[in-house]
Amino acid sequence: MVRGDMLRCLLMISAPVCLLLSSCQRETQVERANREGILLVGNSAEPKALDHQLVTGVIESKIITSLFEGLVADHPSKDDAAPPGAAASWEHNEQMTEWLFRLQPDGKWSDGVAVTAHDFVFAYHRLLHPDFAGPYAEMLYFIENAEDFNKAGITDFSQVGVEAVDDFTLRLKLREPVPYLPSLTRHYTWFPVPQHVILQHGKMTDRFTKWSNLEHLVGNGPFKIKHWRFHDFIEVTRNPHHWNAAGVGLNGIRFFPIENPYTETRAFLSGQLHTTYQLPSDLIRSVKKNHAHYLRQEPYVGTTFIRLNTTRPGLSDPRVRQALSLTLDREQICEHIMEGFMPAFSLTPKMGSYEPEAKLGYDPEKARALLAEAGFPNGDGFPVFSLMIARPAARAGAEAIQAMWRKHLNIRVNIQNRDWGSYISAQQSLNFDMASAGWIGDYLDPTTFLNMWTAGNGNNNTGWSDPRYEALLREAALKAEPAERFALFREAEALLMDAQPVLPMSHFTRNYLLRPEVKGWHPLLLDNHAWEAIRLEP
Amino acid sequence: MLANILRRFIQGIFVLFVLFTITFFLIKALPGGPFKSSEKVIPEHIREKIEAYYGLDQPVGVQYARQLKNIVRGDPGLSLRLEGREVTEIISQAFPVSLRLGLVAMFIAICMGIPLGVIAAWKKNTLMDYSAMALAMIGICIPAFVIGPLLADQFGRRMNLLPAMGWDPTAPSSWVLPALTLGLATAAYLSRLTRAGMLEILSQDYIRTAKAKGVGNARMLIRHSLRGGIIPAVAFIGPAFAAIISGSVVIESIFAMPGLGLHFIKAIEVGDSPVILGIVMLYGTLIILANFLTDLLGLWLNPRLRASR
Repeated sequence: MVRGDMLRCLLMISAPVCLLLSSCQRETQVERANREGILLVGNSAEPKALDHQLVTGVIESKIITSLFEGLVADHPSKDDAAPPGAAASWEHNEQMTEWLFRLQPDGKWSDGVAVTAHDFVFAYHRLLHPDFAGPYAEMLYFIENAEDFNKAGITDFSQVGVEAVDDFTLRLKLREPVPYLPSLTRHYTWFPVPQHVILQHGKMTDRFTKWSNLEHLVGNGPFKIKHWRFHDFIEVTRNPHHWNAAGVGLNGIRFFPIENPYTETRAFLSGQLHTTYQLPSDLIRSVKKNHAHYLRQEPYVGTTFIRLNTTRPGLSDPRVRQALSLTLDREQICEHIMEGFMPAFSLTPKMGSYEPEAKLGYDPEKARALLAEAGFPNGDGFPVFSLMIARPAARAGAEAIQAMWRKHLNIRVNIQNRDWGSYISAQQSLNFDMASAGWIGDYLDPTTFLNMWTAGNGNNNTGWSDPRYEALLREAALKAEPAERFALFREAEALLMDAQPVLPMSHFTRNYLLRPEVKGWHPLLLDNHAWEAIRLEP
Repeated sequence: MLANILRRFIQGIFVLFVLFTITFFLIKALPGGPFKSSEKVIPEHIREKIEAYYGLDQPVGVQYARQLKNIVRGDPGLSLRLEGREVTEIISQAFPVSLRLGLVAMFIAICMGIPLGVIAAWKKNTLMDYSAMALAMIGICIPAFVIGPLLADQFGRRMNLLPAMGWDPTAPSSWVLPALTLGLATAAYLSRLTRAGMLEILSQDYIRTAKAKGVGNARMLIRHSLRGGIIPAVAFIGPAFAAIISGSVVIESIFAMPGLGLHFIKAIEVGDSPVILGIVMLYGTLIILANFLTDLLGLWLNPRLRASR
């Protein structure tokens, strides 16, 4: 009896150890996935939804572009190339205001039903309909009368410039010349939705029906959904009905919503992922030393900046804003804190043939003179402002900026760490002084960075606007010739950088890890990889 | 006994009602809101439509009554963050993960903590006692966000023995590291409580009598002392179990697990009231239930308590 008790006691102690030892891994998950042809991708967060007309984010776009396809596809290696997607070919008038897209004759949804021009018309009607309240409907405002329809100025959708000429021809009439329309249609807001499936589960304007749940989701992309568990992973598998199914290199993709970048890095180095979403700045050095062959550092169309509230006394003077900007040593910050990022010399990063004038520099002496001119010699009498941050990772950068201003201008700022909700709402209500912020471009055209600094734009949040700036943007919008457009944008951007309602700091670099067996994965400015072109060659 | 149970039940309902009310108004006091905290600003005319869809444009009193009704019916409604998904669907996916993680962690904690406490008490003031208690102190002092990454790095990345992240319900190997991390602190507390309880029992007269009658050490410890000695530990297990299930958010982040904790934190970040309320009410019910069951277990283990009632 006693011996039995002892035995039980021993068993209890040794059970966790046995559990630990009995469950050792033999083959890593990457090795198994290589065998099965499945790509394991770290994707940072759980998508808000997979109905692409309900979301605005980047992480959703990674999954959505595997499940849906726009008129023009992403090229595996070239940012400015426009390979055919759901449309086999397209043409436009001379002014670039009217475009005709001819759809793939054998384009099919993942349930085998043909993708028609009516699906596109239905999609744009749905996203623009005021009752549907699509959060990113403004991406379609390039279409004639789309904005009016979305804001309920007109109620007749036939007045909006979208028309199905026949089952496989789509005509788009635009409100202005849009030479970059092919690049624009690669954004998911321009993707079609399956009219027949949506109407099966409810009305067109119903925000939520079960059509986009795991069981019912139908897409026209190279993959279709197979598994979806919140905060676990989403798996997509080959879509046999895709017009280019034979050209798809992978059997599937698994997207892991790993929020914690350190966990993601650890998972990658333990053989659980083929690629990560991000590599924390403080790990770059150790990865460079120990795992340099995995490290990727690639330019990404995004800019970090300090947003200023120009309605605050002190910050309302452009000379003060210029002084603040001239004392920021961007190269030092990029070298020591935002490792891998490139110092910004203007707001818009270089994209294609657009290169803005380098307006930002480092000149503390000139800054002191400007501040004195503005009535604050040696920083005397300058108000104490708060610099708002929302992520703990932004603190180091903010502290460096705080020290630079203190050293060169003898002014003080406090760093204020806020939770995301109050950080955003403070900016929207102009109830802040300065905020550390950033912007990622949606498409490859300077307008994605320049349009938001206009009066009334929801993303402006600086209190600054200038009719001359807006006139230049309007003038540029009417030009079809890229060189003329870009010259006007350069002029507008120079004006913006003189006024400095925002102080650009750095351009994004995507720091991440990628395993060598992933082929067909090339650096891309928008980081939109053509999933169908990726292959696994262990 | 029955009256006691009934009284506890009514108390429980009242506590849950107060919990609901406080949580509801705290969420309303949060700055921002589910559709005001998106990185890309949603235009006002669209945001108003979305808010109207969810009834967020109605007076707070109406919203309170509707939410309360929904909770009573057991259906908190639609999530505002994972748009269009039902809260019941989210909880039914995530809760089993947190529950299983909690159960395994508790199992590990009991298997480690109680024997360690018994041994420490038995070998009181010896090297073995000091080592066991030092180990327990370390377990209490080092937080999970330090132990977790260390274990994941050692067993996942370096030794490639266990997965460094993820949760596969069919593969126990993926449970080991998170459950161990979660269970260690509880094991440490349990060992200290068991040691204290055992020391008290071992100094009782009936133990001396048993020793005098020649009862062996193992029999004396396990048959005669353990039942009385673990009473403090058992009183701790109930609340600790509820805390383990509701407090696993750090572990879920370190090991990228699809549990309830992550949903909870993300929902709070954006003010997703149906999800927050759903999870708070679930946790509240669990804690009340765990405390109640612990009391019952305590009554069964401790005859003196029964007599005093």
